[in-house]
Amino acid sequence: MTNEKQIDLSALAKRIRQHCVRMTGKANASHIGGSLSAADLLACVYGRALRYDPQRPDWPDRDRFIMSKGHACSALYAVLAESGYFPAERLESFYQNGSPLAGHVMHKNVPGVELSTGSLGHGLPVATGMALASKRDGRSSRIFCMISDGECDEGSVWEAALFAPHHKLDNLIVILDYNKIQSLGAVKEVIDLEPLTDKWRAFGWAVRELNGHDLPAIEEAVTQVPFEVSRPSCIVAHTVKGKGVSFMENKLLWHYRAPLGEDMNKALAELEQAK
Amino acid sequence: MRTAFISELFELAKQDERIVLIVGDLGFGVVTPFMEQLPRQFLNAGVAEQNMTGIAAGMALSGKIALTYSIANFPTLRCLEQVRNDVCYHNANVKVVSVGGGFTYGAMGATHHAMEDLAVMRALPGLVVVAPGDPVEARAATRAVIAYSGPCYLRLGKAGEPVVHQSPIDFELGKAIRMHEGKDATLISTGGILQNAVKAAEQLAKQGIESRLLCMHTVKPLDTEAVLSAARETGAIFTIEEHSVIGGLGSAVAEVLAEADGTKVQFKRIGVPSGFSPHIGSQEYLQECHGLTAEGIAKTVAQTLRTVTSASMIGAGPLHGRD
Repeated sequence: MTNEKQIDLSALAKRIRQHCVRMTGKANASHIGGSLSAADLLACVYGRALRYDPQRPDWPDRDRFIMSKGHACSALYAVLAESGYFPAERLESFYQNGSPLAGHVMHKNVPGVELSTGSLGHGLPVATGMALASKRDGRSSRIFCMISDGECDEGSVWEAALFAPHHKLDNLIVILDYNKIQSLGAVKEVIDLEPLTDKWRAFGWAVRELNGHDLPAIEEAVTQVPFEVSRPSCIVAHTVKGKGVSFMENKLLWHYRAPLGEDMNKALAELEQAK
Repeated sequence: MRTAFISELFELAKQDERIVLIVGDLGFGVVTPFMEQLPRQFLNAGVAEQNMTGIAAGMALSGKIALTYSIANFPTLRCLEQVRNDVCYHNANVKVVSVGGGFTYGAMGATHHAMEDLAVMRALPGLVVVAPGDPVEARAATRAVIAYSGPCYLRLGKAGEPVVHQSPIDFELGKAIRMHEGKDATLISTGGILQNAVKAAEQLAKQGIESRLLCMHTVKPLDTEAVLSAARETGAIFTIEEHSVIGGLGSAVAEVLAEADGTKVQFKRIGVPSGFSPHIGSQEYLQECHGLTAEGIAKTVAQTLRTVTSASMIGAGPLHGRD
């Protein structure tokens, strides 16, 4: 639907980032780093790939987007607002008392959210069930599921990773936001995932590896799925935690710290100047 | 109960293509006709209960009536958070079905003793918890949970239990079935221990203790009116379950009684003390070890009534030497 219009992906990604900084800063909330790393990917998915209608969030033939890394909720809420599901002003209530916009992705009273997440390792199995139902019902719906790198520590991710290729779910697309930093340290120091693309390939997925901030490359990938007939697709996106704000980039601290006061102003100024 | 469930489900599924049975690589021989004749409504998720439950939620959120099926604690405790978040929080139309409630798989060891499932499932928001007492109830419960739109937990026993209900039953979720009438005490039973409860009531009658027997197939939502009227009208309540005394039927009934205004009642939970059974063995053997045979139940009821009557104390009955 919206992806038929030629949305300016760069501008959309920039607005997502600006929303994320304002939301987390105003709310003194965590997880800005992993939201910024996902911004370009989300812009391309919603801007180009996903078939959806914000006027009919329960349209049965819609594509579905599952944000399994629920802590990056500010980026999802931002792209949903930008995609017309609700007014952008509502983002100002993020993390506030009585607001539906919780600090992890919650579906209640938030149009466009398919699944509440926040405990890692839940999204991909549910997405897999949706993909299977879509196949069995002969629908054209595709299911995009974004997971984090730290989330790949969860066994349930690999249960679904085994299952989906066996059932030839080529309507299922994993987007792995590989920003290399998890909650308590660098991924390679906590539990090394490498060789990561080999793992997904060995499980039977059609894998494409790309720079998760290269908009044309992401656009090409998300519009070319499935990469192989009868195989689920996995996009391993190499990203930078905190991307777009120089003092946040690749810093574990910004998994937690909220951009308050001067930090918020500096971050917004940097984002404004970016092309 | 297992056979009753699967044959009833098979008939329902033939008429409603939304029904999907998802098994966790279990049900050898039992699910074969379903699998062969309704392959598009069947799925073996493999030995992966978290994924099984997530898949069920995803399918339910896409319009299906999805059932997960496994044994003992596997479809409940192993994937508890998937049941909580993916199923319950989304009010997904998923029915979690466990075969092997209580000591059904007693000889298999403590991993296979389902002793806390009712407690844990009962605590989950929005989940209807049903433990039918015999094959007749299992059939009716299967129809009821499929007809109900929302998350349910169905706790079954094994195959080959005797039919307790010799006449047609009026089965309604959340509504106890009154099976025996008496004025001296009320026995409230849930799950496959029903046959022992019925026999215990008969044995008590021979001793001059006339008991009401309530089959509480739905543990949540609990039929509180049946509990309160039993308290008012019989003055003593005994809950009977092949489950830990913590958190299951006994706790559910105790919560109602403790908060009831002005209701004085003798009350005792008959179940399994919290802890891992030191023994393995057949279901009957383990029931015997834990005072859950008809004789054991009747003895506890009679002794408690006697002790409390003589001591004028509430709930101070002998504990069969167990803690």
